Amino acid sequence: MEEHRVTELALHTQPVAGAMPAFRATVGAAELRGLCEQTRAQKARLVALWGSDETTRGGGYALHLALALGSGLLWLTLPLAREHPRYPSIADIYPCANRMQRATYDLLGIHAQDSPDQRKWVRHRAWPGGVFPLRKAFPIGTSFPPSDDRYPFVKVEGEGVHEIPVGPVHAGTIEPGHFRFSIVGEKILRLEERLCYTHKGIEKLFENMTLAEGARLAGRVSGDSTVAYAWAYAMAVEGATGTEPPSRALGLRAILLELERIANHLGDLGYLGNDVALSFGFFQFWRLKEDLLRLQGELFGHRYLMDQVVPGGVARDLPRDQAERLLARLEQIQSEVVALKAIYDDHAGAQDRFVMTGQVLPELAEKMGLVGFAGRASGIKHDLRVDYPVLPYQQAGVRMATHTRGDVAARVSVRFDEMFESMRLVRTLASQLAPGAIRAPLADCIPGKCGVGWVEGWRGEVLIALESADANRIHRAHAHDPSWQNWPLLERAVLGNIVPDFPLINKSFNLSYSGQDL
Amino acid sequence: MYRLLKQIAKTGIVSEPPPHPDETLRQIDQQLGEVILRHFGRALAIRHVDAGSCNGCELEIHSMNGPYYNLERLGIKFVASPRHADLLLVTGPVSRNMELALKRTYAATPDPKLVVAIGDCGCTGGIFGESYASSGRVSNVIPVDVAVPGCPPTPIALMQGILTAISSGGRDRA
Repeated sequence: MEEHRVTELALHTQPVAGAMPAFRATVGAAELRGLCEQTRAQKARLVALWGSDETTRGGGYALHLALALGSGLLWLTLPLAREHPRYPSIADIYPCANRMQRATYDLLGIHAQDSPDQRKWVRHRAWPGGVFPLRKAFPIGTSFPPSDDRYPFVKVEGEGVHEIPVGPVHAGTIEPGHFRFSIVGEKILRLEERLCYTHKGIEKLFENMTLAEGARLAGRVSGDSTVAYAWAYAMAVEGATGTEPPSRALGLRAILLELERIANHLGDLGYLGNDVALSFGFFQFWRLKEDLLRLQGELFGHRYLMDQVVPGGVARDLPRDQAERLLARLEQIQSEVVALKAIYDDHAGAQDRFVMTGQVLPELAEKMGLVGFAGRASGIKHDLRVDYPVLPYQQAGVRMATHTRGDVAARVSVRFDEMFESMRLVRTLASQLAPGAIRAPLADCIPGKCGVGWVEGWRGEVLIALESADANRIHRAHAHDPSWQNWPLLERAVLGNIVPDFPLINKSFNLSYSGQDL
Repeated sequence: MYRLLKQIAKTGIVSEPPPHPDETLRQIDQQLGEVILRHFGRALAIRHVDAGSCNGCELEIHSMNGPYYNLERLGIKFVASPRHADLLLVTGPVSRNMELALKRTYAATPDPKLVVAIGDCGCTGGIFGESYASSGRVSNVIPVDVAVPGCPPTPIALMQGILTAISSGGRDRA
């Protein structure tokens, strides 16, 4: 299968060692657009686009693309010149590339030619134009006086049109970002997002760390997805170092990942009730979420499971008696969620707000590259646990939850289904846990090795693409959050809806700011 | 409706006793007088500001409003604008892209006001430290009364931090 696909693209590829099927190819800038047109025609999605500085390795710069083919992940690298590094924009082929291309310019000065949108993205006022913090010659501690921060939002004009600027400090307890609504009456004509307020220099920090040290940072790219990131990071490091995590550790990682999925869906389903004035839902779901968090704190030493997945394995075992306690707690939670689902389903007020609100139809979702559970609620049938069933999902077998209406109600429905499936998976995974060690020592890494971590987190696919430097250090680690793909779809989902439904639509996606802003 | 009421009745009241203030969390001596504290102690309005966190601390702020911790029963509630707030609850590190927004939010909060910085990042800059993109801990940008460490701090620790900020701090309260 792999051979076939790669032959179709007429590419010479090298397999990337690691748990997920991945292969790597070097192409010239002249071939890029043709290749992307081919992969697009084959319905391969663009997972991530990023750049790197190769001047310390005798090169110039490089552009990287990760594409999800039927047979696995294709990591394309385009070497670029040291002077005026540039490549042809692919944002017309893959619309989700737009912001990633702009971010790549802001951080590395790699220019996407012929893109109609050349506005800055990551850069606000922290550093001036013409300075590129991810270049190797840029010391991480450099700071500048705040620069001018003008950002041209697209203006909507016409009779009765006005703007509502919201954020970066929001009315609720959420992360910072700016939303510019153009409205007529209460109806939203256009929403434009401006993100990257939480840009913390994560990718630059990685380059000052060893492979082992990076794990803790990876677990803090987006706190609500700490297991997904920590696993993706561990997978990438294990691939690069040739470390084989014990099979018990793989089973435990999957249990942790499914618990993270359950906890996040519990919390969001509560807030979705709250946002339609059903505060009953908030209190009920947050009681159940807290029941789970407390037990996680007891069993794993951290309520959100931070730092549990480590390169080589996991930090803590789950002995039989503790697994029994976990399963008993999940059974109790499940029976209550069944009752709460019946209440949500029958609640005319809630359903009136959920149904046909914030709709993303499958055709648009496909065109723009919507991913994760939101994608599955809009008919995009992809789930890494199903598409590339590596251990331990291979044994457990995941049933994909999908819907086609793409509205808030569909996302609520998929969240319920995925939570029930995760509960089943935890039971199955716990019963199949192999005996033995939970952690293998991390082998030394030679410079220039690469690794890929690709994990279906609760929100969607998380990618870590990593290359090693000397002395077990990181040359470049790119962390990609599924929110990159989904934020632009939120702009589309709200069109024609009323402003007061924005919080509800937003929560139904619940995208990460920190994961996108890095 | 019957099922909803049944669920409420079956659940009962699950709220637990609140924690006591913890003076070790205090960064600077209590500046506010008795009378103000007495008012804050019964009706405190909090504005949360995420100044660049990984969103981990936000998860626990949400938990604090859940039924077990039930912050609102203490007369403490979250408000939508700094103009309505007595206390800013700030998660960090303060990204340089959020620095101006944080300063403006602080300026928009009427005096007398309190600031509680939360999380290892809010207290010290944490794993993100100070860099081209991060100004580090919250007190590098605005004055901080109480700092609550943890990654993230538990809801109990957060409540302790807030209650410490409005306690008299060693002085006996009427």
